[in-house]
Amino acid sequence: MIVVDELSVSYGAVHALRDVSFRAETGMITAVLGANGAGKTTLLRTISGLKEPSNGTITFNEHSLGRQKPENIARLGVGHVPEGRGVISEFTVEENLRLGAMMAKVNLTEGLEEQYQRFPVLGERRKQHAAKLSGGERQMLAMARALIARPTVLLLDEPSLGLAPQVTAQLMHTILDLCSSMGLTVILVEQNASTALRIADRAVILYLGRVVANDVASTIAADEDLRQHYLGKVE
Amino acid sequence: MDPFLTSRIVSDILGGLTNGVIYGLVALSLVLVWRSTGILNFAQGAMPMIATYLGMVVFAHRLGYWPLVIVSIVAGFAVGGVTERVLVRHLYGKPEINPIVVMVGFLIVLEGVAAAIWSTTPRGIPNPFSPIDWQLGGKPIALSPFSVYEIVTALVVMIGVAVLFRFTKLGLQLRASALAPEVSRLLGVRVSRMLTLGWILSTGVGTICTVLVASNFFTGLTPQVMDGIFAFGFIAAAVGGLDSPVGAIVAGVSMGIVLQFVGDFVNSNAIIITALIILIVSLMVRPNGLFTKSTARRV
Repeated sequence: MIVVDELSVSYGAVHALRDVSFRAETGMITAVLGANGAGKTTLLRTISGLKEPSNGTITFNEHSLGRQKPENIARLGVGHVPEGRGVISEFTVEENLRLGAMMAKVNLTEGLEEQYQRFPVLGERRKQHAAKLSGGERQMLAMARALIARPTVLLLDEPSLGLAPQVTAQLMHTILDLCSSMGLTVILVEQNASTALRIADRAVILYLGRVVANDVASTIAADEDLRQHYLGKVE
Repeated sequence: MDPFLTSRIVSDILGGLTNGVIYGLVALSLVLVWRSTGILNFAQGAMPMIATYLGMVVFAHRLGYWPLVIVSIVAGFAVGGVTERVLVRHLYGKPEINPIVVMVGFLIVLEGVAAAIWSTTPRGIPNPFSPIDWQLGGKPIALSPFSVYEIVTALVVMIGVAVLFRFTKLGLQLRASALAPEVSRLLGVRVSRMLTLGWILSTGVGTICTVLVASNFFTGLTPQVMDGIFAFGFIAAAVGGLDSPVGAIVAGVSMGIVLQFVGDFVNSNAIIITALIILIVSLMVRPNGLFTKSTARRV
């Protein structure tokens, strides 16, 4: 479980997050929703150590994450798939996965095979450079690279960005499947609120860096006022 | 007797190859630093020079050539690591001109310090390899035991670096840290250590090169021993592409051979002019270097 308590983050004079508090329960998907500039990406970057908070705490299984280095947080079992996917274009598919497996205490061959079974297209393209993959394939690679390290928490930043609706649906199904089969705790940042709310257990809505709603996903999806004010049209 | 082996052309190729592997090693050490930290290290000749002088301290105690080589390389690792931690670390993220000015200044300081401590008088490093060319039918073939030692050592270092980067976990982390430091940290790679390691490796390679140059009977060790060679190595790195270890080696060896022909068939004064013409033309035709792929990066 990840507990975020009274978290504030600033970029100079600009307050990106103000007193944000919520819990991401073990084995559940917590969606973080909001418009552009709401602070969603900053929230994930702060949890994974890329951004230092100005105030507040982040606790993961009794470890305080607030001021730890990203590499130490990754080694605790927190996987982060950043916005734009972050695969290394100059590396082959397999090199990207080998890099992800570096800190894992699993057999590399087994780890690779497990990911190739989960994402067969990656197995077919294992020797290809990541630059040659499609958007959906790059997203799969980014997820597989995070998963090969066997994380207990997965932070996903806009995984559906730039993907076709069919690919997005497939991706969301995979996330749901991972959560149930691996017991992963997922924090899913999405602009596509309808997609996220369909698979999430809980949802947090950010508006200008503040939490304006924190509830069960289906409750938020059913709240007409919230949807209209903060999420736009949710189908 | 085979007159071909003693011909002028073969002699020039062999002589050029001997010089070229040295230029290639200097270029490779520059590329290692550039790829890991994005800094053009103008002190890349001077740092290994200091390490080699430290190796000479052992030599002065009559412990022989090989202890000198080992101590110099270890000192090279230390000089590289300390320089990154103490000096270079403060230059990351600063305007591009800052590291250039600082490293040029560092070069001048190191050469000044070396001259003050050890003087500018060349110090010979007697080694087990004869500098006298082998003869074939009474004619020299432009290849001596020492030049074979230089070529084989350079090849071993180049292959070692290639194996490290291509086939080891450490190499994968070094490459990832250079290409995508933030993503690497998210995957648990200790990028800060990798940057230091890049400098350690680079100065180690540079020190092997400096020991080879200083071991040459005709050169010896001076504070400026690497200045001229650094210039050719720098040109080779720029021509091959600062991102490309293969480019550095190929460009270094090619330049060595071309310049040997120029020196033999034109004039030795034309060597540096030719090198600069090669640099200018290559920068006009391929500004990123002949071996750097111009790819759009999607991250």
